[in-house]
Amino acid sequence: MSAVTELLQQTVEGVGAGAVYASLALALVLIHRFTGIVNFAQGELAMLSTYVAWQLMASGMPFWLALPVTLAVSFVGGMLVERVVIRPVEGAPELTLVIVTVGLFIFVNAAAGLIWSFTVKDFPQPFPDGGIDLAGVSVGWSTLGIIGVVAAVMGLLYLLFQHTSVGLVMRAVAANPTSARLSGIRVGRVLMLGWGLAATVGAVSGVLVAPLLFLEPNMMGGVLIYAFAAATLGGFDSPVGAVVGGLLVGIAETLAGAYVDVVGADLKIGVPLVIILVVLLVRPQGLFGRAAVERA
Amino acid sequence: MRKKTVLRAAAAATAALLTATACATQRGQEDKGTAADGACKGQQTTGITDKTIKLGGIYPLSGPASAYGTISKGVAAYFKYVNDKGGIDGRTVEFVVRDDGYQPPKAVEEARRLVEREKVFAVFQTLGTPSTAAVWDYLNQQKVPQPFVATGASVWGTDEAHPWTTGWQPNYVAEARIYAKYLKDTKPKAKVAVLYQNDDFGKDLLGGFQEALAGSGIKVVAKESYEVTDPSVSAQMASLARSKADVLLNITTPKFGSQALAADAKITKWNPLHIVNSVSSSAAVLKPVGFKNVQGVVSATYFKDPADPQWASDPEMKAYRQALGKFASDADPANQFNAYGWAVASTMHQALAAMKCPTREGLRDAVRNLKDVKVGMLLPGVTLNTGPDDAFPIETMQLMRFKGERWSLFGEPVDTRKEFGPVTG
Repeated sequence: MSAVTELLQQTVEGVGAGAVYASLALALVLIHRFTGIVNFAQGELAMLSTYVAWQLMASGMPFWLALPVTLAVSFVGGMLVERVVIRPVEGAPELTLVIVTVGLFIFVNAAAGLIWSFTVKDFPQPFPDGGIDLAGVSVGWSTLGIIGVVAAVMGLLYLLFQHTSVGLVMRAVAANPTSARLSGIRVGRVLMLGWGLAATVGAVSGVLVAPLLFLEPNMMGGVLIYAFAAATLGGFDSPVGAVVGGLLVGIAETLAGAYVDVVGADLKIGVPLVIILVVLLVRPQGLFGRAAVERA
Repeated sequence: MRKKTVLRAAAAATAALLTATACATQRGQEDKGTAADGACKGQQTTGITDKTIKLGGIYPLSGPASAYGTISKGVAAYFKYVNDKGGIDGRTVEFVVRDDGYQPPKAVEEARRLVEREKVFAVFQTLGTPSTAAVWDYLNQQKVPQPFVATGASVWGTDEAHPWTTGWQPNYVAEARIYAKYLKDTKPKAKVAVLYQNDDFGKDLLGGFQEALAGSGIKVVAKESYEVTDPSVSAQMASLARSKADVLLNITTPKFGSQALAADAKITKWNPLHIVNSVSSSAAVLKPVGFKNVQGVVSATYFKDPADPQWASDPEMKAYRQALGKFASDADPANQFNAYGWAVASTMHQALAAMKCPTREGLRDAVRNLKDVKVGMLLPGVTLNTGPDDAFPIETMQLMRFKGERWSLFGEPVDTRKEFGPVTG
């Protein structure tokens, strides 16, 4: 295998990993955009949704029926979490909200362990095995499938925000909750909607990655760190940025692990942290984000 | 100034008071008759009487490693079964189980509780390398036996500063040796790729493997490690596949074991002989990957698999199934961890029965003086041996290959100590 083919193959591996990070980063960005919260429990909610899908299939439901049911359950679940857990601390300092989401992380993780145990479960792969061969570089169908689904979700979100009245209302709440409330928008409901949507996108992410990572309560823990790096890199308020950021993080991590001897497999986990740090120093709003402007 | 003096005096008084209390407590304990008479004079008899023995175990009943927690059910069922038949030398065993959630600080807390409040005779067992390492200093200082720990790290048997602690299952170095011997015998020119967990467990097994290969024609051509925090090992597997090695040694813990096995099945261009270490060889790891994807995978074991029909009429297996049904009806007899618990408890039974003095010192010496001891749940040909400088009871293993829906044994049991000499620290 030539050096070029090898580089391309590594890049494809990176894109495959990056698509996984991008899918969760989308959910993180979504919730941040509407509520200003960085939701540390996003990965765990996605894991919980995946267990719901697994449980439905274990009781005999086919994948393509279990999926929409799971998405609906996740949507309602996300709204409930907002109403029950987040609403009471709405308007509290950011640190309080962060701690509440961290608490939610620990609670959901432990609860999943209690209900489904910590042994790994297999999750059916919706995409066919194997892949296509492009000039010696093999690209798995699952990689292509994940990228396709992530792109579709991104497109749907764009349509929702830019071309529907619900999207307009959501943007109004995000831009200025006080004015939105004064003009008759039920801000609370919109925030619930934001959580519900984020949980649904998270559920898609969980269902996509579970066949690759195997389902267990800590499945999303590692993914979350990379998703944070992706969202920081792309900009916490840009869905396109989250996807591009995810792919870049995946590629950077894989190439650094393969070609930079000092990094190797040992320090691969450090790559996203370096990315987070550099972005925050050089361009805090991220590649695609808009800098917050305040009147002096 | 004056205030300071007062404070200092108060501090001194408190210290004196504390010392006095501590001395009183210690003396109080001795007064209660914790020392034996006769030939065993002065030895500790805490937790043992003519009628009872109190043992305490620390297991992860909750948390990420809680799958191992069921071992305590196998152990408890064994002791109830023995008590039902009159106990060990007329003593009934009381077995107290505590949960550490696989967290070392919690293990320390529970060890103190077992020793100081429950006043157990011995801590049997602690599970997991991190938890065991966290409590062994304390238990050795207190001179409390910590026999047959449920972890394969090679440090338990080579350390001289902890005479009260011993291993039980084959250590990772011994396991690495049987794979090395197998390759030397069947593929003397093999090129090996290794996937390992970047911690003591992974390095212990990998180090043992490389040492055992020294001087042979077998080469390790690629090594990739992962961290337990990594989401997946698929990138590592892709790198290993490029090495074109003809053997893959898979040194992983369960989730990553499943991922590596699945990745190997997915990379159709690369079909190495896949050796999976015993930590990841349970059905719980292989089943999610799909049995059709793990055919021909090789591993090693030392005890009877309760799911293997070969042992269906084995007397020990029958007793095990019956006892589990009677005393631990919520435990699945087909689960290997329950059989493991049964096997290690019956080893403990033999050590307790072999004590020359019914004291903690007596148990310590008995545990380090096992000579060709047979345990029904272990494979035929696997016996337990220890000595003053050898705290590795089991160093014999047999290879197995995955066929159909279960493992099947092949070859003869290999005594790795005989083949390679003692494991050194």
